[in-house]
Amino acid sequence: MFAATHLNVQNMRRQSLVQILFMLMTAILILPVLIILATLIYKGGPAISFEFLFSDPRDGMTAGGIFPALVGTVWLVAVALLVSVPLGVAAAIYLSEFAPQNWFTRIINLAIINLAGVPSIVHALFGVGAFVLFFGFGTSILAAALTLAIMTLPVVIVATRESLQAVPLAFREACWNMGATRWQTIHRVVLPNAVSGILTGVILEVSRTTGETAPIMFTGAAFFLPFLPESVFDQTMALSLHLFVVSTQVPGVPDEMPYGVALVLIGMVLAMNSVSIAFRMYLRGKKKW
Amino acid sequence: MEQAQAIAETGNGAAGAASAQTAAHAIHTRDLNLWYGDFQALYDINLDIKQGIITSLIGPSGCGKTTFLRSINRINERLGYVRIQGAVEVYGHDIFAPGVEIAQVRKQIGMVFQRPNPLPISIRDNVLFGFNLHGEVRRRLHRSEQDEIVEGALRQVLLWDAVKDHLDRKATELSLEEQQKLCIARLLPVKPRVLLMDEPCSALDPKGTEAVEELIWGLAGEYTILIVTHNMAQARRASDECIFMLMGKVVEHGDTADTFVTPVHKETADYIEGRYG
Repeated sequence: MFAATHLNVQNMRRQSLVQILFMLMTAILILPVLIILATLIYKGGPAISFEFLFSDPRDGMTAGGIFPALVGTVWLVAVALLVSVPLGVAAAIYLSEFAPQNWFTRIINLAIINLAGVPSIVHALFGVGAFVLFFGFGTSILAAALTLAIMTLPVVIVATRESLQAVPLAFREACWNMGATRWQTIHRVVLPNAVSGILTGVILEVSRTTGETAPIMFTGAAFFLPFLPESVFDQTMALSLHLFVVSTQVPGVPDEMPYGVALVLIGMVLAMNSVSIAFRMYLRGKKKW
Repeated sequence: MEQAQAIAETGNGAAGAASAQTAAHAIHTRDLNLWYGDFQALYDINLDIKQGIITSLIGPSGCGKTTFLRSINRINERLGYVRIQGAVEVYGHDIFAPGVEIAQVRKQIGMVFQRPNPLPISIRDNVLFGFNLHGEVRRRLHRSEQDEIVEGALRQVLLWDAVKDHLDRKATELSLEEQQKLCIARLLPVKPRVLLMDEPCSALDPKGTEAVEELIWGLAGEYTILIVTHNMAQARRASDECIFMLMGKVVEHGDTADTFVTPVHKETADYIEGRYG
């Protein structure tokens, strides 16, 4: 009575087939990541040393370390974050909590999503026109970081908006019905519950900002500088551009050097992501509904 | 302190005269009409709801009882397509008057919902939430003052003994019954005049329903309570007066005991006996 019929067998077979197919596709996706990581560690690992991380490049960048580039990247990411996070979070709060939900707001939202798709070289040219020339910041950390900030702003806005909207309406209603203003509702209830989602946006932004090359090439990153930047109006080296330079622009670079730079770059992103993800999980664990 | 302020306000000018006239009435409506877009949900509601008692609103689904309830603390207006005509006075004050601040309306007229909606913070912070919203920004209360408020409110809703040892637990971890009690408790520290309850027991089991009804009885007198219910037995045992609505109109308003024993209108009798609704 409960034995499989011909039709059952057919359906089960079809299911296993689909399952195997999708599993293979997932494997195909993961494989490149593993290969990249393995190659970098295998070829770049020997290059990593205390001296490599903490000394200046020497001999036309064919020897020495990457310290100025490392410091430069930290500067760029930090300034970009400092600008884009407050701006993006504020804009997202306005759009999702205050703005009337009409066609105009919808168009703005659509525009923001489209902004995320603008090629980075276009952002670079915008940065040159706006920050380097028009505002007169010159090629500097400030101009480069602002360009990066503009480029990553949509990611922050979209992530923040989505995490704000994931906070159940019931919480807002509870506040409103006790006579809370919109702002009281937002900063006492909505934001604390949206923090982990906002953090996701910031993580994404950090990863992107660290690796971007085109937007900083014309706006503030230099091929080679023998000194560290002292203020945001200085030019700086950056890891991503340094990688490009040592792998394509300078003859006579030892093989392991570009791999070493790439390994440091990826290591930095992974380290920052892990810290943020851990923090996010900690916040998630605290909230329950 | 706040009550003194409210009394001082009522002592002023024309509003004072109005409140003296309707002193026994907490809520007074005059020709209240309400439309959702083109659909008229309320027709000429004229009601005088007495102060300090429990009044239940009964009627079949869609008769407008919840809409009426939601008009009194003006939360209907959040829906952009709602249009309201007529007057609602609460303790002699027109809630639609030009100078009225919605936050004050909501503070004086608390609301309890069908589904308990505690905030995802500790029990203690839930009770203090409304109080902190309306408190002065600069002045932070002493811990002991806060403790007093929390204990007072939780005792009033008969929840103190169950939660006194873990006030720092998340409110969302409580049982539904306890959550609903907490939702009532957090209204009390701001000393509202009126409590509106929209089927407060419909998400609870019979035991929870009994417990919440018991606490609502305890609050009557100090607060004017207006409660929407689908449960005839509940309306009968847990209210002093009773309003029967049908198709957006008030059919009958009277003493609960009388209404259930000798209803004046045939529709009321039919509904109470379960012939529709």
